[in-house]
Amino acid sequence: MSGQTVVIVGSSVGGVRTAKALRSQDFGGRIVLIGSDSRLPYDKPPLSKQFLAGQWDQSRLTMLTAEQADEAGIELRLGNAAEQLDLADRAVLLADGARVPFDILVVATGADARPSPWPVASGVHLVRTLDDSRGLARALATTGPVVVVGGGFIGAEVAATAHAAGRNVTIVDPLTAPIGRIVGAELGAILTGVHARHGVQTRFGVGVESVDGCEGDLRVTLTNKETLPAATVVVGIGAIPNDGWLSSSGLLIDDGVVCDEFCRAIGHPGVFAVGDVARWHHPGHQEDVRVEHWTNAAEQAACVAHNISHPNELRSYAPTEYVWSDQYDWKIQIAGRPHRAVLDRIVGDLDAERPQGAAVFGDQAGILTAAVTVNWPKALMMCRRMIGAGTTVAECLSEVESLPRLTAAPAAGG
Amino acid sequence: MPRLHADYPSCQGYGNCVTGAADTFDVDDDGVVVLLRDTFAERERSRIEDAVRSCPVNALSIEAD
Repeated sequence: MSGQTVVIVGSSVGGVRTAKALRSQDFGGRIVLIGSDSRLPYDKPPLSKQFLAGQWDQSRLTMLTAEQADEAGIELRLGNAAEQLDLADRAVLLADGARVPFDILVVATGADARPSPWPVASGVHLVRTLDDSRGLARALATTGPVVVVGGGFIGAEVAATAHAAGRNVTIVDPLTAPIGRIVGAELGAILTGVHARHGVQTRFGVGVESVDGCEGDLRVTLTNKETLPAATVVVGIGAIPNDGWLSSSGLLIDDGVVCDEFCRAIGHPGVFAVGDVARWHHPGHQEDVRVEHWTNAAEQAACVAHNISHPNELRSYAPTEYVWSDQYDWKIQIAGRPHRAVLDRIVGDLDAERPQGAAVFGDQAGILTAAVTVNWPKALMMCRRMIGAGTTVAECLSEVESLPRLTAAPAAGG
Repeated sequence: MPRLHADYPSCQGYGNCVTGAADTFDVDDDGVVVLLRDTFAERERSRIEDAVRSCPVNALSIEAD
């Protein structure tokens, strides 16, 4: 092992975690971390929350300092995008013409925000990179209405942040209950009222036809012909995996790098993929899946590092999905795949002054498969542990119901 | 022995640490991390380090004793 070189392409959470986990697992070879961004690796979830709101500064986002990289023996090659993969010669070709040879390759190039299909000169923002978030924060410090296109997690978080900054906000999404994409239609219809309750307007079930104008004076025309004036428009309509640089490599690409259950590219056991760009065979779900969540990238990185360090004891990767979103005074946490399950019951009260609830989901046989909680981390942790362990929905509900609930009056300091 | 430290005000109740090492971390009824123990043995370091590192807001750290 000690003579091997692992090259990791991508300097976000998946790539950085793989590098760190390799060292934790006593991998003694060379580790090279390549990133297109010239900045030190930084963490992305706060870009639509604490960083956008000005509560956290940039230093708090840094995932790996130059000193930490040096100490761990991780060679950083930042600000130099990987442009091609030469599998025959086992080398990555960089934008500046350099060839970086490898024994093992980890593809961790993530996903980019789906670009805005409405070209205007200025005033339309995406939220994916540090610069995106910084530019949007500047725009949110001005005045005038904000229109957020896309009611997914990023859109909802940005809307909540913009509303907290005192802006008049409208969210537009073609689905009548956008969060239903993740939590299923039934619970989605219940949770979607969070925006109106907090004074954010919604145009759900309506698409965007066009955006015209420029920063400070934009017009968003909807498919129902309504026109919304906006000083700032934010577009959060999903992400696209960064697999274009691999298109002529010979790797199997299908909306991500297609991998086996050990996260190895199909037909190429020396090539792994991790994070948003990986489409791997989930042995529990018996299907190929691609997941765009922080916790998945971190957990998958640990699995990939293990499989690189222990080629004779390969571990298959079968995680229980987990994602969170902070919107207004709601902390939404989701374990499993609720959109593929049947909602059994909601414990708690989502309409209370201090809303708290746990929605429990099962399969046709009554086995627990997913849970969604609002302001109830303890319940989520409990459900997350039970999912995949064969626990019944009834057993789970009984455990959740035995937990203490929030009281009506806020606790001191809370 | 290495010592665990939690920055309680930073904790957001994401709970990845509990999934990583349920014998060491828990969350209380308000969703704030609870250290079930302050120290751990060197032989447990890899597993505990992974759990510490899984915190999305870096609320956990390990200090040399």
